[in-house]
Amino acid sequence: MAHAEVHDHNTPLEYQSETGRLNILGFWVFLGAEIALFSTLFATYLVLMYRTGDGPTPHELFELKGVLIETFLLLTSSFTCGIAIHEMRRRNRKGLFIWMIITLALGAGFLGYEIYEFVTYVHEGAAIGTSAFWSGFFVIVGTHGLHVTMGIAWITLILIQVARRGLTPQTSAKVFISSLYWHFLDVVWIFIFTAVYLTGMVLHNG
Amino acid sequence: MKWDEFFVTGDPLIYGADVSIVLTVIGILFYLTYFKKWKWLWTEWLTTVDHKKLGIMYIASAVLMLFRGGVDALLMRVQLATPDSKFLDSQHYNEIFTTHGTIMIIFMAMPFLIGLINVVIPLQIGARDVAFPYLNAVSFWTFFIGAMLFNISFVIGGSPSAGWTSYMPLAGNELSPGPGQNYYLLGLQIAGIGTLLTGINFLVTILKMRAPGMTLFRMPVFTWSALITMIIIVFAFPILTVALALMTFDRLFGAHFFTLQGAGMDMLWANLFWLWGHPEVYIVVLPAFGMFSEIISAFSRKTIFGYKAMIWAMVIIAGYSFLVWVHHFFTMGQGELVNSVFSITTMIIGIPTGIKIFNWLFTMYKGKISFTTPMLWSLGFIVNFVIGGVTGVMLAMAAADYQYHNTYFLVAHFHYVLIAGTVFSCFAGLIFWYPKMFGYKLNERIGKWVFWVFNIGFNVCFIPQFILGLDGMPRRVYTYSAASGWGNMNMLSTVGGFLMGIAFLILVYNFYYSFRYSERENTGDSWGLGRTLEWATTSAVPPHYNFAVTPTVDSFDPLIKMKRNNVNLKPKIEDIKKIHMPDNSGVPFFMASFFFVAGFGLVFEWYWMGIVGLIGVFITLIIRSFDKNEGYYVSEEEIKETERLTV
Repeated sequence: MAHAEVHDHNTPLEYQSETGRLNILGFWVFLGAEIALFSTLFATYLVLMYRTGDGPTPHELFELKGVLIETFLLLTSSFTCGIAIHEMRRRNRKGLFIWMIITLALGAGFLGYEIYEFVTYVHEGAAIGTSAFWSGFFVIVGTHGLHVTMGIAWITLILIQVARRGLTPQTSAKVFISSLYWHFLDVVWIFIFTAVYLTGMVLHNG
Repeated sequence: MKWDEFFVTGDPLIYGADVSIVLTVIGILFYLTYFKKWKWLWTEWLTTVDHKKLGIMYIASAVLMLFRGGVDALLMRVQLATPDSKFLDSQHYNEIFTTHGTIMIIFMAMPFLIGLINVVIPLQIGARDVAFPYLNAVSFWTFFIGAMLFNISFVIGGSPSAGWTSYMPLAGNELSPGPGQNYYLLGLQIAGIGTLLTGINFLVTILKMRAPGMTLFRMPVFTWSALITMIIIVFAFPILTVALALMTFDRLFGAHFFTLQGAGMDMLWANLFWLWGHPEVYIVVLPAFGMFSEIISAFSRKTIFGYKAMIWAMVIIAGYSFLVWVHHFFTMGQGELVNSVFSITTMIIGIPTGIKIFNWLFTMYKGKISFTTPMLWSLGFIVNFVIGGVTGVMLAMAAADYQYHNTYFLVAHFHYVLIAGTVFSCFAGLIFWYPKMFGYKLNERIGKWVFWVFNIGFNVCFIPQFILGLDGMPRRVYTYSAASGWGNMNMLSTVGGFLMGIAFLILVYNFYYSFRYSERENTGDSWGLGRTLEWATTSAVPPHYNFAVTPTVDSFDPLIKMKRNNVNLKPKIEDIKKIHMPDNSGVPFFMASFFFVAGFGLVFEWYWMGIVGLIGVFITLIIRSFDKNEGYYVSEEEIKETERLTV
């Protein structure tokens, strides 16, 4: 609880307050829970992978191009997010803003492609109620997409706070935590890319 | 939807409940207005972030839910007391066993334990509060609102009736139409948010907020049990979140996760449910083990026997809790290899549990035992829990389980585990730490009556059910024929059930009696036998900042060492420094209220209402994010005054 803290010059800004340190650890634990959540979704998806019923198979609908663009956008955004945190630690508020806004723009681009992809599938006759496979697909990819949406909104709110209050131990802890969240979504996407799209195209040749 | 579809109609029992709900609400509103208690309610309770008050609210809600779940149980026992009974129809019976199970596990056992953890753990580790006091309030209010949403189902819209396990396809739209099952899904989902946040909160609290010198292996056993429980919560509850969400999508949006159409897989639900459900059993029993350890050690006047063995046993139990879930459905066609593996893992759990039983016995060995009520409940636990454990190992043998499965033998088994483990521990813990919460003890003489009536009632209720189960009586049947010959045993069981009901009433009377007549405590160590830091506070009920000066620890059972060295617990006046505390907040209450709006809307598939509720939730989140929440300082003068220190 205490705010008066002894810290040397090398302690990163976000770790300088007791609250900041507790919040960061608490968020790591939350990410542990998120791993359990996505693991359950992956398990569900893989169990239902071949259960396409009367609906189309993923092999028929998945297209590599859009997915590669999405992957490229999101992975790049994780890199720019890292630079933003680096700028924050250099106390460079302007650099933080520039790189964070690029991050959010890349995230929004990712979302745009994903929504376009979903709309296309629905037009081609694959919706959440088509078969167990498509239920699993829309829920796992949609849950990730919902996380990205929340991330964009959340980081925007935090940036407003940084603009108003400056880079304090409190605001920088918030920025740092939101960056952990953003990197986590990137990691989840790598698993989705592998377990959903690659296996859907390679293993689903029937 | 017409009014008579919205409200449940046609059953005199329900009308009686309607009347009593309305009268109770009017009575509470009248009391608050007449005695001008609204402001007190708002500032002292609804907006509090104090772990002790939140704990008390958790426990009060849990006692209320124990009443609700207990009434459900007695209704079932009345129906089953005689063959071919017409007291309840089959649908009503199905609803009652569903709400009984769900309420007792999710809304009684867990909140009761989390309430005691809330009150005790920060004190036990010498902290001012939890790591995230605001989040703690969010936890409580989401639990409470989830519980209320689930509870109104029996008067508005109709209760779920697919069992607390809600197996598919029974719980699907075709076989369980209407809002009932949606109440289950949304009520548990909202309460589950609170549980997950509690898990994160206490994990960080125990890891980071311990008093100086309290290394991990100097932590009290109850703190250890809470830490391990929180780890289970963090990894198990997301599974429930996903499972509930998927079934919600099946029911509301026509998805095909667990349906028979669209190539869905009904067994996937059973697996996901028990992947959470079995760890859940340990979530409600490990804190019980922790509390019994504290109580047995205190009243035997001996340090706990085999401290490290106790802890490693809990760690092993926690690990195995994720590896046994298939034993809940051995008969559902996994094949002998899978069944054998899960049969073995299940039996292995008996080993660390057995270690713990022996350690409790050895703790008492050559101890100078005081037979207080918390100790009586602990002794009752050891005897009865062993019955539950041994029958559990019988059920763990997959081949034998084909005989026991879905019979009253199983019902008796898990009641021996959950009542003798969890409920006994809740009573024991509540009585043990009652002076810490309210400044006086519960009356011991009345308390012993509660113990004996409950204990005898419990055994009279459930031993006949073992026999009925071996005789082939299936669970979840609303009646049976006279020719089955099950009538006498069922009548006996019902008598036992009512004895437990009477014990509950005596307990409630004891709350009142002790409030009026109990002697007020004037030291922090009410039993005179405290071993851990929660008894090292200067007053019986700790002030909101807990400790005027953070204690330092250099051993296990630190208070025993302090007593031996005649350490004066009263803080020195020069050590008093201002203390930083978090602000109260009304936001968690409103956030949970919006969750209620959203949940209620989704239950009836009124999507506009669901969206309005969720927007409200987001607004409260944004308000919180922009709140600087810097807290405030308790001044040195105030502390000195509270601690009655004079220069």
